[in-house]
Amino acid sequence: MKEKFEIVVLAKQVPDTRNVGKDAMTPEGTVNRAALPAIFNPEDLNALEQALRLKDVYPQSTVTVLSMGPHRAADIIRDAMFRGADGGVLLTDRKFAGADTLATSYALSCAVRKLNPDIIVAGRQAIDGDTAQVGSQVAEKLGWPQVTYAEELEVKGEVARVKRRLENGVEVVECKLPLVVTVNGSAADCRPQNAKRIMKYKYALIPTEYDSCGGLSVDLAKKHDYLQIKEWGADAVDPDPSQLGLEGSPTKVKKIENVVFQLKESKCLSCTDDEINALIVELLETHTLG
Amino acid sequence: MANFYLDNKDIQFQLEHPLMRKIVELKERGFADAHTCDYAPKNFEDAMDNYRRVMEITGEVAGDVIAPNAEGVDLEKPHVVDDHVVYASGTVQNLKAINDAGLGGITLPRKYNGLNFPLVCFVMANEMVARADAGFENLWGLQDCAETLNEFGSEELKMKYLPRTAEGATWAMTLTEPDAGSDLGAVMLKATFDEKSGKWLLNGVKRFITNGDGDISLVLARTEEGTKDARGLSMLVYDRKAMCHKVRRIEDKFGIKGSPTCELVFTNAPAELVGDRKMGLIKYVMALMNAARLGIGAQSIGLCEAAYREGLKYAGERAQFGKAIINFPAVYEMLGNAKARIAAGRALLYETTRFVEIYKTYEHIGHERELSSEERAEMKHYQKLADGYTPLQKLFLSEYANSIAYDMLQIHGGSGYMKDYPIERIVRDARITNIYEGTSQLQVVAAINAVTKGTYLGQIEAYEAEGTSMDSGLRKQLDKWKGMFVKMTEKVERIEAEHKGEGFKDFHARRLVETAGHIIMTWVLAKEAAVRPEDYSVQLATFAKIADYKIAEAFAAVEASEWGDVELYRTVIGD
Repeated sequence: MKEKFEIVVLAKQVPDTRNVGKDAMTPEGTVNRAALPAIFNPEDLNALEQALRLKDVYPQSTVTVLSMGPHRAADIIRDAMFRGADGGVLLTDRKFAGADTLATSYALSCAVRKLNPDIIVAGRQAIDGDTAQVGSQVAEKLGWPQVTYAEELEVKGEVARVKRRLENGVEVVECKLPLVVTVNGSAADCRPQNAKRIMKYKYALIPTEYDSCGGLSVDLAKKHDYLQIKEWGADAVDPDPSQLGLEGSPTKVKKIENVVFQLKESKCLSCTDDEINALIVELLETHTLG
Repeated sequence: MANFYLDNKDIQFQLEHPLMRKIVELKERGFADAHTCDYAPKNFEDAMDNYRRVMEITGEVAGDVIAPNAEGVDLEKPHVVDDHVVYASGTVQNLKAINDAGLGGITLPRKYNGLNFPLVCFVMANEMVARADAGFENLWGLQDCAETLNEFGSEELKMKYLPRTAEGATWAMTLTEPDAGSDLGAVMLKATFDEKSGKWLLNGVKRFITNGDGDISLVLARTEEGTKDARGLSMLVYDRKAMCHKVRRIEDKFGIKGSPTCELVFTNAPAELVGDRKMGLIKYVMALMNAARLGIGAQSIGLCEAAYREGLKYAGERAQFGKAIINFPAVYEMLGNAKARIAAGRALLYETTRFVEIYKTYEHIGHERELSSEERAEMKHYQKLADGYTPLQKLFLSEYANSIAYDMLQIHGGSGYMKDYPIERIVRDARITNIYEGTSQLQVVAAINAVTKGTYLGQIEAYEAEGTSMDSGLRKQLDKWKGMFVKMTEKVERIEAEHKGEGFKDFHARRLVETAGHIIMTWVLAKEAAVRPEDYSVQLATFAKIADYKIAEAFAAVEASEWGDVELYRTVIGD
């Protein structure tokens, strides 16, 4: 029976939208990234925990974190290594810039093909975009089965058994490998960073960081394979350029509105059918519904 | 999303103390491990960076896991099932999180898979864990027993037990019995040598044993048949896996309920001798107790911090008579006194820790190579200070924990008496700190020698010689206090000499020790204020007020006292 799995965790560095202060938005209505610290997307941490639990059961397995983003996203790969991941790949290139979920999924799927894992685990959704599309689209691009809303993941031989958290209960499904699993926030919290791993992996770097870091870090990173986080540009994953970045993104943002609910905008309705019908009509007309 | 390290700049300040350079260099022996161990630091800065990062993780586990579990653990409590302890579910989660974070064996050498961190970090971790849940700290902090094994055990025992500590094994310090509490010389649990197995077999009962069903136990037992005093006692290590013990009951306690306090029965339980026979109480328990007393200091300051934050929060939220109660002098005085005592108490705790650390590290180096005469002299110097400061900090911090928790509950009014607010639990948890590991009264007994032999006075004069910059008024006040301390001590010693053995010194011992303590704490806080006036000068000024009236009170009591007081107090209770 298979005892060794290659597991890839898809992870994203996001602005911490959970602790939003007054200066979280710019006057233009865009996210003020300077005011929001960059963090490991919370549900991706749940996903990492599921991957690490699988490695606890099958210690010969490897957990690789794959993230697409700017150079500073190497921080979350190091964070994952402090918690138990074996290593990581940062997909970073100007050619990826401006990607919507489709172009992101495409780029990630190209990288996954190169990594050739048995299982991909991802968070259900990221707290900045809240689309919950990327994990699923990666599965589609690869032509792999996907199991969403996962809370627990077990693997025996070539079959994964997944407990899913649904609206009205739980469902347990089985699925053959390889597969993509997207993990719900209700799954187990990720284990903390580990003291010895912090000390061992704190000098792990992507090559771009060699320029900004001191001599000791670079010397160490060059000397030890385990301190080298892979940094892949577009060329490294052999993509169709037309499906990358802005060009590969059909989503066009038409307008962003800063919605502020105020009491004067609220309406009181009685429970008559007429009033409820009128509300539905109004919501349909303003495209709030439908 | 709480982090008990990042939200507390006072402990961050302690980690950056100038003596850390010396401590780290001694502890790392020239950073030799860097060549053989992938997690060993390469230099001083690298080591400090490690400590900060690992303390941050500890703060996260304390804030995010242990603190939210505290209430549930207090309610659920551990239980005895089939003669063994089953922890509360929150305790199990806490242990998993703290072990996942790799915080076992913090101070142990890397050879035994430890982190080889300074004691300062261990004390700091204990402080943060205690702030989250003092009951959990009580059992987790027992990993300092491993240090005693590291100090006195054979290499074979160390290889057997210390790596397990690094992986998260819990410990027990199995000393007291129904008839041997403060008087440990009366311990009767029998250990007989079994020629066949080459092991000692334990038979008897132990009582009030914190985490008595822990993975590894250090047991004080009578190895010398026919003896009745301390000279017949030895220290043994017992592995839970042998399963030759039963937990008869868990005490139903007032506080720290998550920590199981066990009554144990040992039946032919195999154990291994630690160090030399007959040195159990005389040498090893004393070392164990000193380490544990530092642990209680850390636990106490964690409780102070928790209580203060609860009091401050409530006082800011609760409105009466049209304003938040924090605006009433009676309330903000309690908060101010608490904050100043926490600052001074914490300064004393970490000062003590640094003294202990330097002398202990020299002691370990002394096992590896011969110390130079300067090193030996330095070791002796710090050992003397450690011996004097350890009971002093235990005395003050545990009393502060009680007094501050009491005041902070008072701020809550009737609500604080209910289980709806954490302060109710904090008050109960704090109550044990000035009782176990030696009551406050016994800390005074341990500390009075440092008064009469001049250790405290010598160190006060050493602080004077450092020329710390401070307000001239405070400097004069410190001189005045010193004069009062010397005068009180002289009077007590004079009358003690005239009525030898009648107890006049013991009668006033606490007043003398506390006076020394107030002066010393003002000095250590003044040193901090000189480095960071923006954070500590106001706390120093407040603490100086407290010290001034406490010293005046003690001085007045001694001034007005004559030998007849000893008689008077015996007479009044009809003795």
